[in-house]
Amino acid sequence: MGMTITEKILAAHAGVKEVSPGELINVQLDLVLANDITGPLAIKEFRKIGIDKVFDKDKVVLIPDHFAPAKDIPSAQQCLEIKEFSREQGLTHYYEVGRNGIEHCFLPEQGLVVPGDVVIGADSHTCTYGGLGAFATGVGSTDLAVGMATGEIWFRVPESIKFILKGKPRNPWVTGKDYILAIIGKIGVDGAQYKAMEFTGEAIRDLSMDGRLTMANMAIEAGAKNGIIEPDEKTLAYVKERAKKPWKFYTSDSDASYCQVIEIDVTNLEPQIAFPHLPSNTRPVSQATQVKIDQAVIGSCTNGRWEDLVVAAEIIKGKKIHPEVRAIVIPGTQEIYLKAVKEGLVEIFVNAGAVVSTPTCGPCLGGYMGILAKGEKAISTTNRNFVGRMGHPESEVYLSSPAIAAASAILGRIGSPEEVA
Amino acid sequence: MAGNKVSGQVWKVGHDVDTDLIIAARYLNRSDAEFLAQHCLEDLIPNLPERVKAGDILVAGKNFGCGSSREHAPIALKAAGFSCVIAESFARIFYRNAINIGLPIIVAPEVSKTVQEGSKLTVDPVSGEIKDLTTGTVFQGEPFPPFMLEILEKGGLIPYVREKVKNRG
Ligand code: SF4
Repeated sequence: MGMTITEKILAAHAGVKEVSPGELINVQLDLVLANDITGPLAIKEFRKIGIDKVFDKDKVVLIPDHFAPAKDIPSAQQCLEIKEFSREQGLTHYYEVGRNGIEHCFLPEQGLVVPGDVVIGADSHTCTYGGLGAFATGVGSTDLAVGMATGEIWFRVPESIKFILKGKPRNPWVTGKDYILAIIGKIGVDGAQYKAMEFTGEAIRDLSMDGRLTMANMAIEAGAKNGIIEPDEKTLAYVKERAKKPWKFYTSDSDASYCQVIEIDVTNLEPQIAFPHLPSNTRPVSQATQVKIDQAVIGSCTNGRWEDLVVAAEIIKGKKIHPEVRAIVIPGTQEIYLKAVKEGLVEIFVNAGAVVSTPTCGPCLGGYMGILAKGEKAISTTNRNFVGRMGHPESEVYLSSPAIAAASAILGRIGSPEEVA
Repeated sequence: MAGNKVSGQVWKVGHDVDTDLIIAARYLNRSDAEFLAQHCLEDLIPNLPERVKAGDILVAGKNFGCGSSREHAPIALKAAGFSCVIAESFARIFYRNAINIGLPIIVAPEVSKTVQEGSKLTVDPVSGEIKDLTTGTVFQGEPFPPFMLEILEKGGLIPYVREKVKNRG
């Protein structure tokens, strides 16, 4: 019986020839990640295990990105804790503010994650790296502590759902974000509970690496354990320039078994909006044009990559942000930030009346840098629109692609780039 | 601790209660359990921490704990006084986190549909048996795989791993 890409990567890291869904296995880890929120808890638990040193100082990554640059004193304390631990342990991969970015934009960009890896992160969006053809999943701080100490974790091998995306979208503004929102809208926020989501088909092969990372990023929003895309020549081109270690391409066998196969034709797909308060509450943008907005956020580990800023700048160039809207642009990493400065994107945003922030999670999780007041509404390229996610429990978040967020920032209501003539 | 039967009064919540609702990110600049407990579920059930009694049981619908990986969520529930969470289904990371920190959780699809808010339940986290003392109804929750049960009985993943590490020498 053939295996899926997810099963193959897990089997290789469990040191066995074959695994099948439902099996409980122990897996060797290639990388273990935490941030300024989950890191301090993980360190506290690590200290209780009775092992002094992390399993491999080259395989533990700590990044202050959520409330960093520190937004207040308790946050500063949490950032300090992960920094001190990194020093004490001699970690190779601690990245200070000013030399980092949002973890899930930063790690692939810096080649710290490569195809074929098994990665756990104390952050639910660790599944992003599936876009490279790696097995990556989010865990809590205690699992992470054990991972840091032993270099291993137990997993239940997930069943896989195959999503075959066919066709080429007619609408030029349809992106990977719209694909994944459409999928979550179709299967629901627990539609892939505990499972692997494997994305394949012509439309996926046509997607850039940035678009693939966006799709894998939101697998968790359908409850999945991981999202994954088979690596190809685009993956190779991306990885070749960045990888800090060897990689391995795994692909699914043609006779691999799936618990479900879902085909989606993207030819007539419209850009998607997820209405409050669930990412599955999706509607095409044409049904959302009456929603007035107070804020537009372009950034996050979902859509803070280079391509995302380019699309937004293309739409905003020469226009003005609507007088009643705050537009906040947050490049995902320092490298993207610098490129945006050099290539004139920052000037376009600032001239239009937008704010450009240093890389941070910031408003995505209601941390800082754009918190919503009672009753305010935001369009955002982030990944969650739960109650209170970006601020007051009575505020609202609408999720979209960067193109729609940029157009909406100009219109003062949700709308499409075609309306911003 | 986790091996013992627990009993308490039921608090009910609906489907898809996410980790932001369990503990909002605005409190994640701290990680001490007592502080987190004071803000547990506050956007969903006003003043819950003052009203919950030690041992109370949370009964939820589908997909409880979806969203972020923050372990602060089960920590807040446990420190607020909940002895157990029963749901139709749990989100994956929350499920692991709860067991890892020694908060008993049970998948029992019928409970949230039948049990009333305020009724009294007795729960055996080991066997998964749930008894509604108000109506006398008995439910059978899904059993844990043996090694997960061992983690729960040891009080969480850390004591479990610590023992393994010690035995290895
Ligand atoms: S950008 Fe948002 S979703 Fe991504 S890691 Fe940061 S807080 Fe989490």
